[in-house]
Amino acid sequence: MKEHAVLEMKNIHKSFPGVRALQAVDFCLCEGEIHALMGENGAGKSTLIKVITGVYEKDEGEVYLAGHQGPVAIHSPQDAQRLGISTVYQEITLCPNLSVAENMFIGRGQGAGLNWKKMNADTDRILQSLDIPAKAAQQLGSCSLAVQQMIAIARAVDMECKVLILDEPTSSLDEQEVQKLFRLMRDLKQKGVGIIFVTHFLDQVYEVCDKITVLRDGKLVGEYAIKDLPRVQLVAKMLGKEMDDLSDIKGENGSSDASSAENVYEAEGLQSNAGIKPFNFHIRKGEVNGFTGLLGSGRSECVRAIFGADRVLRGKVKKNGKEVKIHKPIDAMKNGIAYLPEDRKRDGIIGDLSVRENIILALQNLKGFFKPFSKAQTYRFAEEYIRLLDIKTASADTPIKSLSGGNQQKVIVARWLLANPDYLILDEPTRGIDVGTKVDIQKLVLKLASEGKSVTFISSETDEMLRTCSRLVVMRDRQVVGELSGEDLTQNKIMSTIAGGEAKS
Amino acid sequence: MSKKKNGGLGDRIRKMSDTNLLLTITIIVFFVMYICAMVFQGAGFLKPQTFCNILNNNAALIISACGMSIVMITGGIDISVGGVAALVSMCCAVHLDYQNGNVFTAVLIALGIGLAFGVIQGLLVAYLDIQPFIVSLAGMFFARGMTTIVNTKPFNVAHEGFKAVKETRIRIPGLGSVNKKGVFVNAYVEIGVVVALLVVLIFFIVLRWTKQGRNFYAVGGSRQSALMLGINVKRTRFYSHLICSILAGIGGFVYFMHVGSGSASHAQGMEMNAIASSIIGGTMLTGGVGNVIGTLFGVLSLSTIQNIVTSAGFDKAWWTGITVAGMLCIFLVIQSVLMSWKKKAMSGGDDNL
Amino acid sequence: MTNTSKKQFQISDLFRSQLMIPVIAILILTIFNLIIGPSFFNIRLDHNNLGNAVLSGNLITILDNGSELAILAIGMTLVTAASGGQDISVGATIAIAGSAILKILCGSDPHPETMQAPIIAAFFVGVIAAMLCGAFNGILVAYFRIQPMVATLILFTAGRSIAAWINNNELPIIKDAEFGYFGGFIPGIAVPTPFLIAVVCVAIIFLVMKFTNLGLYTQSVGINENAARLIGLNPVLIKFLTFVILGVCVAVCGLIKVSRISSINYSVIAKDIEMDAILAVALGGNALSGGKFNMAASILGAYVIQYLTTTLYRMKVPADALPAYKAVVVIVLVVLSAPTVREFFSKMGRKTRSSRREAA
Repeated sequence: MKEHAVLEMKNIHKSFPGVRALQAVDFCLCEGEIHALMGENGAGKSTLIKVITGVYEKDEGEVYLAGHQGPVAIHSPQDAQRLGISTVYQEITLCPNLSVAENMFIGRGQGAGLNWKKMNADTDRILQSLDIPAKAAQQLGSCSLAVQQMIAIARAVDMECKVLILDEPTSSLDEQEVQKLFRLMRDLKQKGVGIIFVTHFLDQVYEVCDKITVLRDGKLVGEYAIKDLPRVQLVAKMLGKEMDDLSDIKGENGSSDASSAENVYEAEGLQSNAGIKPFNFHIRKGEVNGFTGLLGSGRSECVRAIFGADRVLRGKVKKNGKEVKIHKPIDAMKNGIAYLPEDRKRDGIIGDLSVRENIILALQNLKGFFKPFSKAQTYRFAEEYIRLLDIKTASADTPIKSLSGGNQQKVIVARWLLANPDYLILDEPTRGIDVGTKVDIQKLVLKLASEGKSVTFISSETDEMLRTCSRLVVMRDRQVVGELSGEDLTQNKIMSTIAGGEAKS
Repeated sequence: MSKKKNGGLGDRIRKMSDTNLLLTITIIVFFVMYICAMVFQGAGFLKPQTFCNILNNNAALIISACGMSIVMITGGIDISVGGVAALVSMCCAVHLDYQNGNVFTAVLIALGIGLAFGVIQGLLVAYLDIQPFIVSLAGMFFARGMTTIVNTKPFNVAHEGFKAVKETRIRIPGLGSVNKKGVFVNAYVEIGVVVALLVVLIFFIVLRWTKQGRNFYAVGGSRQSALMLGINVKRTRFYSHLICSILAGIGGFVYFMHVGSGSASHAQGMEMNAIASSIIGGTMLTGGVGNVIGTLFGVLSLSTIQNIVTSAGFDKAWWTGITVAGMLCIFLVIQSVLMSWKKKAMSGGDDNL
Repeated sequence: MTNTSKKQFQISDLFRSQLMIPVIAILILTIFNLIIGPSFFNIRLDHNNLGNAVLSGNLITILDNGSELAILAIGMTLVTAASGGQDISVGATIAIAGSAILKILCGSDPHPETMQAPIIAAFFVGVIAAMLCGAFNGILVAYFRIQPMVATLILFTAGRSIAAWINNNELPIIKDAEFGYFGGFIPGIAVPTPFLIAVVCVAIIFLVMKFTNLGLYTQSVGINENAARLIGLNPVLIKFLTFVILGVCVAVCGLIKVSRISSINYSVIAKDIEMDAILAVALGGNALSGGKFNMAASILGAYVIQYLTTTLYRMKVPADALPAYKAVVVIVLVVLSAPTVREFFSKMGRKTRSSRREAA
């Protein structure tokens, strides 16, 4: 083991059926350092972290911890906790039915009994010291998501750990809370705790981190000191190609004349029960536009409202100037709207069904309950789109869940293309898929637009949006705060609008 | 607690933990029901013995239902408790009468059967990850089948020592009523009731003040989160099934003490009654919410309504089944509506932040 | 559901096919019975007490008695697939349907000399009653989102009481022989009628599956409700529908059950049949947590259960002890199909294969 290292991992391998998630990855964390783990979605960050925390068992490789002779075995999260590794996950991993205090202390400490009084007092003290607006006796489920996330962080910090892992903890926090978290991280760093920090906000990396390890496609790209790696290079390393390779797609498209076309779809004062402020929206024929904003700013909620995926409370949607009633997804589909959901696994794929069945479902449902396609017809559809989108699958009858993420996404895209919509909403279609497929999807979007379809494209990666969209709706705090097009479509302008644009009335 | 009028009631309900909210509802319903029965039907319900008889008749159910609640809180289900109770009653009966056994070894047999069922079902559910419903369904089949294999015919136990225990009546000082001869008779309870109340007390403490107890809630609330929080989920699920089956064994023995016979048709439908009382007592089948005190009141409510229905002149046998089902239905719908309302109120609250 | 594309035939594919489980079970039972004595499989042409020529023998008994289960398995498979839970009230609702049928046939007199209404009308009322029960369960499950097992617990508790209440707890007896046809034999046809009814039901459901999207939709809803909603399906409606379809199956079973004895015993009729029906679905290799299903395998599973029962009777196992043996079969089956166990076996298989390859 290296000197000062608290955690060292050597030659880690991990594969899942059909995917080699980690291949020969080395990682080293020193005491008193904040170490950013970077990589695109699907690069293997989460897998590596789950190996450290014992959620997954590695196939090969060794993990060393300071103070332990030889490699340590981590088979379960309990083992990890016992060894002084505590973790805050992106999704909240607390129990909503228990009280805040219990969530702080459950699964820890010695003895069989429970001292509620002490637990509540301790919790209140910790909450107060971290400025978290919650009470110890409160049921966790009644706190807002941000507070829940802060409680998860408080729990991890309170555990006297040697290694603290923060896996995208900031996605549901606001600026103030993030600063609070950074103060905390620096405190811990002073005390010699090694911190692994995963985030997709580059600013945050450059603000607090000392070192960066970059992963790509399950392989280690390298470990760098923060001052040796400027942003542009970091992005290039994460993507695996120079920026210029990607930026030339847009040149081909002819969507610039779209601004003169008629509005095909309009939304007025639309509001759903997902907690967004009423918003107006319109899209023209052959136009590609996008919603941008930080995670949780309400991007998805807006498009879900247009599609009727959440319950619409007020407002109306117009198609070609005429008002149409959209209460349920099927209404939207009948009006030529298609929606590719953000969370592929939860809302998109129907895992146990075959690729063929997944492709035909939307069109089949539009056609009607009593008019099933013949089997031969479905095979024809499926094979056509498998070829068209270059979907890598053993056969049309392979269950979709055994495909890789990118190919699953292509199947969902195929599902909606087959339904031949006028307006296609793609919510994070490129999340967690390989770079090649990303480019394919972006090209496809531009091709669709040139064929006269309207597309809304949402992505967390701003440069992707810049490459594909001709107009961007900017959101902050569940509210539309601005709209950018033409000259204004630059990274800086977007950032400044997200950060400080005046709310549009 | 004042009803509805209190402006902050909605707010207070929202702030209450799910467990306490459902528990409060159950207890209120029980008392309202019992007081109504006292007022409108008088006579019988005014005698303390009526209440004690409810306890006497349902001691076994209380014990089994406690076990059921724990399994349900952990997010599982166990429908073998009735079968286990029948098997216990038959085995103990055979042991006492044909093998000249004594009461103590009979108790050991009861515990042993419960333990065996608990270990096997627990292992299958927790470590092989088989659905609890199927595992305990097989357990129920097995227990019922074994009961007839042990002895086909039902029979009454003539064992002297056992009869002495069975006939033991614990008089409650100060509580009672004047009988026809004008003599004040204290109300009594059977030993089983003491056991049942003890079980409720113990598991109330376990669920509230021990780490293992809270682990049940955590696992039931979110298995994934519980794992991440460092709880041994498999072991916790195993324990929940183990406890349930052991309590089913104890419940079986208490049932046996109450009826004094062994039969394959004993404790028929006890599993469903146990589930029903747990639900009425505020345990959610989705897991993570519930309480054994609630379960106790669930059993009491269930049998009180049965008593009310019978004494109100609906003495036809089918009315009991229908009222129990009706009550279950009402509680299920209340739970469902309340939870979705609470969730909605919460997300609305988020909006204002 | 079945793979029609002409791929390279592989034994492992065959083993992975769902139909394998019930087929293997049938094979094992057959071999077992052959060893004990092949007389088990004799089929004779006898005359029953009405003087009709009828087939008899163990195999006919299996086809006869397994019919109700097979019909129920159809509905139960759909409910399981869509809602990921099971309906445990089918036994009790069979009692309700049967009781309703008898009530209509008997009119006011519980022991009428002739039937007071055409059988078809009575059956129609039975179907309505059972569909209402199904709709009740369906509303609780689909709309109120109560787990199916708990929701159906209500009718499970109340069903037999309601059945008794419908006929005022009297025991109606139909003397007309015609009514007995449904649970016995139609004159001139040597095959037991319940089996014929089951065949008709199976044929209907396969036609429905072929000419509608019922199968595709229920599976989609069962596998991923969120995704199903976003492609325009209505999960609430589909779940509700499966419960109503199960209600129709229940009514058919109710008719057969009351016809068998031309009367009804409220507490015994179709007792524990819900457990057997669930078992049939599981034996068919369908996940009880919902999703993909194979209807043929479920129906075959129902007959496997009856086969097992008849075989156990032959071994002189008393009726009351049957469940114990069934339980052992269930446990062996579920343990073998448990993911952890299957993973273990496949790992073992991979190891032996690779070691063999190394040796070669």
